[in-house]
Amino acid sequence: MDREIQFNLNGNETTVVIKDHWTLLHLLREELGLLGTKEGCGSGECGACTVMVDDLAVNACLYLAVEVDSKKVVTIEGLASADGELHPVQKAFVENGGIQCGFCSPGMIMSATALLKENATPEEDDIKHAIAGNICRCTGYVQIIDSIRKAARAEEGDTVRVVAWQDD
Amino acid sequence: MKPFTYLTPHTLDEAVSLYESHEGRAAYIAGGTDVLIKIKEEKIEPDYLISLAHIPVSEGVRFNEDTRALHISAFTTHRTLELSPLIRRDYPILHDAVKNIGSVQIRNTATIGGNLANAVPSADGAIPLITMDAVAHIYGTKGERTVDLIHFFLGPGQTVLEKGEILTEIVVPPAPARTGSAYIKFGRRKAMELPLLGVGMLLSLDADMTTCVKVRIGLGVAAPTPIRAYNAERFLKGREVTDATLAEAGQIAADEARVRDSIRGVAWYRRELVGVLVKRMGALCRKRITDEKSIS
Ligand SMILES: Cc1cc2nc3c(=O)[nH]c(=O)nc-3n(C[C@H](O)[C@H](O)[C@H](O)COP(=O)(O)OP(=O)(O)OC[C@H]3O[C@@H](n4cnc5c(N)ncnc54)[C@H](O)[C@@H]3O)c2cc1C
Repeated sequence: MDREIQFNLNGNETTVVIKDHWTLLHLLREELGLLGTKEGCGSGECGACTVMVDDLAVNACLYLAVEVDSKKVVTIEGLASADGELHPVQKAFVENGGIQCGFCSPGMIMSATALLKENATPEEDDIKHAIAGNICRCTGYVQIIDSIRKAARAEEGDTVRVVAWQDD
Repeated sequence: MKPFTYLTPHTLDEAVSLYESHEGRAAYIAGGTDVLIKIKEEKIEPDYLISLAHIPVSEGVRFNEDTRALHISAFTTHRTLELSPLIRRDYPILHDAVKNIGSVQIRNTATIGGNLANAVPSADGAIPLITMDAVAHIYGTKGERTVDLIHFFLGPGQTVLEKGEILTEIVVPPAPARTGSAYIKFGRRKAMELPLLGVGMLLSLDADMTTCVKVRIGLGVAAPTPIRAYNAERFLKGREVTDATLAEAGQIAADEARVRDSIRGVAWYRRELVGVLVKRMGALCRKRITDEKSIS
């Protein structure tokens, strides 16, 4: 069935016509062209599709689009500020080698961001618990955990030095 | 995914009557973490999904001061249970279980009712609840009925729920003073793992702090449904709780478990595990009682 839903997507009130059986992941990627959110396993195991719905991290592959009606959705595209300034969690990942191939990064960063909303000063175990549903096959997780710990500290007031990409 | 129509009833009666009018072609959906995977894998092909997420029931957990019973709405997510200070403090066995179901993302949507209704032998939510003598409240066309949760499960994927019936609430009766409880999901990984074996235990001690006045042992993946180790419970009740009696109770539980080979583990290994983990959970219950006593 077709139906119209209205929701807040990355700060913008959005109205779309969807089909009942669409997942949120399908809506984001295939209909709205937001390709930052990745599809890995499609069955909730890998976390590459993690987004926030009403501030809670969920797997967009197992979340029906119809269920975001009247809710607030934040994807990786919604983290940076309007002028392009990266979110502290994104900065920390860039700065601390939390990204290698990059496929898991959007989901990983969304899980980390959801964690920091709940707990501004997580211990290492809290971080591991929060990203248990995000698989990374490159980094071995050490730099990712490090990035999240540093992001937490940055949000507390320390400044993170941002390294911009430079073309030689 | 094969197309379906999504229906969002706002009352239990509306949900039940929608189910009736689409009988054979409809399935209920709560968090969808089991049901959507079954649809994606084409194991089921419902034309209608009837959502239970829009029924304004008392979501979450509520402690009834008069009866001292804990009421858990079936539509409560595992994450809500995990973060509940009441569950963490007074129902540690449930906290142990729900904090390790899937991931944060799964727990933010998956519900306790869905976990029970889906009825796999490994359901992590089921073992603590049968161990605490929980009662299931069920609503259907014939009105409300209750079933002791231990009798709720009939086989893998099968429960006493009749067509269209909805699990609405799980009620946990009060436990005696000096009660400790614990659950372990034993798997090869720390997270994102279904248990090779799940063991839940509840132990109540007499004022002497050694004699067992009440005990419950719940086992997951030890039979086609969640089960209790009745022989081991009978052995321990009235006895002094020592490392030796806990080990013997574990052995008895291992003997009565109906374990089998599966891709996650072989039967003999599971049987050994029952013995070891019952002993460990017994020791953890005892420690929790002592810790509790030293706090208060
Ligand atoms: C990646 C991943 C990891 C997982 N890890 C675990 C784990 O560690 N441990 C574990 O136990 N499970 C795990 N699961 C399974 C699943 O998440 C749980 O069983 C969950 O609790 C199901 O709840 P739900 O609300 O998503 O159910 P749904 O998928 O919505 O429903 C499940 C079934 O129950 C029925 N149903 C739902 N609610 C009711 C109700 N109130 N009354 C009657 N029928 C109802 C539905 O019709 C359906 O048949 C995992 C799943 C995934 C995808």
